[in-house]
Amino acid sequence: MDAAAQLPLVHARGLVKSFGELVAVDGVDFDVQRGEAFGFLGPNGAGKTSTMRMIGCVSPPSGGTLRILGLDPVTQGAEIRAKLGVVPQQDTLDTELTVRENIIIYGRYFGLPRSDLGKRADELIDFVQLNDRANDKVEPLSGGMKRRLTIARSLVNDPEVLLLDEPTTGLDPQARHTVWDRLFRLKQRGVTQILTTHYMDEAEQLCDRLVVMDRGKIAAEGSPQELIRRYSTREVVELRFRAENRPEEVADELKSRLDGSVRRLEALPDRLLLYTDDGDATATHVHEFDLKPESVLVRRSTLEDVFLHLTGRTLVDD
Amino acid sequence: MSSLALPLRVFEYWLMQYRRVWRGTAITSVINPVFYLGALGIGLGTLVNKSSGNSLGVPYIDFVAPGMLAATAMTVASGEASWPVMGSIKWTRQYFAMLATPLGTRDIVLGHQLWMTARVAMTSAVYLAVIAAFGGVDSPWGILALPAAVLLGAAFTTPFAAYAATRDSDAAFVPVNRFIVVPMFLFSGTFFPVSRLPQALEWLAYATPLWHGVELCRMFTLGNVDALRALGHTAYLLLFVVVGFIWAQRTYAERLLK
Ligand SMILES: Nc1ncnc2c1ncn2[C@@H]1O[C@H](COP(=O)(O)OP(=O)(O)OP(=O)(O)O)[C@@H](O)[C@H]1O
Ligand SMILES: [Mg+2]
Repeated sequence: MDAAAQLPLVHARGLVKSFGELVAVDGVDFDVQRGEAFGFLGPNGAGKTSTMRMIGCVSPPSGGTLRILGLDPVTQGAEIRAKLGVVPQQDTLDTELTVRENIIIYGRYFGLPRSDLGKRADELIDFVQLNDRANDKVEPLSGGMKRRLTIARSLVNDPEVLLLDEPTTGLDPQARHTVWDRLFRLKQRGVTQILTTHYMDEAEQLCDRLVVMDRGKIAAEGSPQELIRRYSTREVVELRFRAENRPEEVADELKSRLDGSVRRLEALPDRLLLYTDDGDATATHVHEFDLKPESVLVRRSTLEDVFLHLTGRTLVDD
Repeated sequence: MSSLALPLRVFEYWLMQYRRVWRGTAITSVINPVFYLGALGIGLGTLVNKSSGNSLGVPYIDFVAPGMLAATAMTVASGEASWPVMGSIKWTRQYFAMLATPLGTRDIVLGHQLWMTARVAMTSAVYLAVIAAFGGVDSPWGILALPAAVLLGAAFTTPFAAYAATRDSDAAFVPVNRFIVVPMFLFSGTFFPVSRLPQALEWLAYATPLWHGVELCRMFTLGNVDALRALGHTAYLLLFVVVGFIWAQRTYAERLLK
């Protein structure tokens, strides 16, 4: 293996992006290795898109170091972009053109020969299961179909690295699973993936490794399992209350009476979360108190809990 | 010309888009000159020729036709450099699609400018042919009115595209049309010689790119070619093209590469 192949595909140190006074990305460090699926998880405004646009060489960094495929995005942007596939947060399809035309013209932007593109477009359309819409205009397609088309289009140049900015936001569960399945297949083929999401389950499904981003900074880094192990407990007991029962007050009372099995307690407006290694034991213990919760649920910890622990906030406010 | 290979990919996108609408625009580009030259050249022309004592030196249709050709080049140019530019930033977002590939802002500006210029050339070629059919081309030099109209078009597409890339809504095109395009259309020597304007306005008319384009087109269709004056008009229009192009590269980069 030559030296370049051993370098991380993306290497960032102290990376900064500011828009005037606003610092959108505030000195982040990360490395993405060849073949892995790497995620940026964070709430609205965390700086995920700003980071992705810098990696995509369409937004010059305001500070720090960034190398992609060992190259400098500012001076070698075109060379890097030739090897990237980009699924931007907001679609950039021409809805007046057909599904097939959108892929073909995008291939032409990469300089691929027209003679190969017809076949390539058909393969990609098949890959995302849009065959019966291939010659339809994009305009009337559903959001999920457009997203699949954007993914298909991003593959036209056989990219080494795929950048996916919220690939499934706004899709129904079935469409999300279709997209996940396609991304999983691409990963098996060795395509490196960098994606952003604010869906916990998506991050857990797709990412080998991820960083939790909040207000322009990286709050934690690791595999989903590592993060859960490090920042949460194995299980969580959720006690749901009616708002008039004031979970915050119940929390104070509980805190003073619980035994050591509950390692941490979070009070949200409508529920209490008890972090414990033995959910059933804790649930039994809680039933001995006269709390009258609406419901008691024992579940496994998720990245949502990690995020809550790290930032004190839920990721998707509802 | 490998430096044109990338812009031509952008050109290809516009060509693909145009294939959907070409029938409509082709019909318009024939009907427009027939109507205008019929009404102005023949209808109004009969009156003008009778009452002017031939002060123009030529039949009115021969005078007005090259003016209309130039004014049409300007109108097409301003349209092509307004909505499609805004649309590529805000609606189809196609500029962003292009930027995610090896294409850069320079390729996007140049490729789109080539397309706008091609549109001006198509419309102007039809216009010139209709003028010839009306007997308004008096000299073989007339063929050069086509490149003259195209150059005039580029003098508008470059700065207008630069401006469009800085705007957030197509409402911004209304004042441009009202205070720049329409007054030029009427007062830059298209329908009557600018010497008929009050002194101050006459000088203002000399400064407009349209006047230089009209003079150039008229010189060629009438066959009164003065090489020095032709060079002067060409240089003046080229100045707009060069400055507009540099400006457009800057506004595109500022808008697209945040
Ligand atoms: N072009 C821009 N000009 C000014 N501010 C910007 C620009 N792009 C992003 N920002 C700001 O930078 C911050 C980070 O935005 P960014 O889009 O990177 O967040 P995000 O994590 O992708 O959020 P979301 O989940 O909503 O997509 C926000 O405060 C945003 O308003
Ligand atoms: Mg975003």
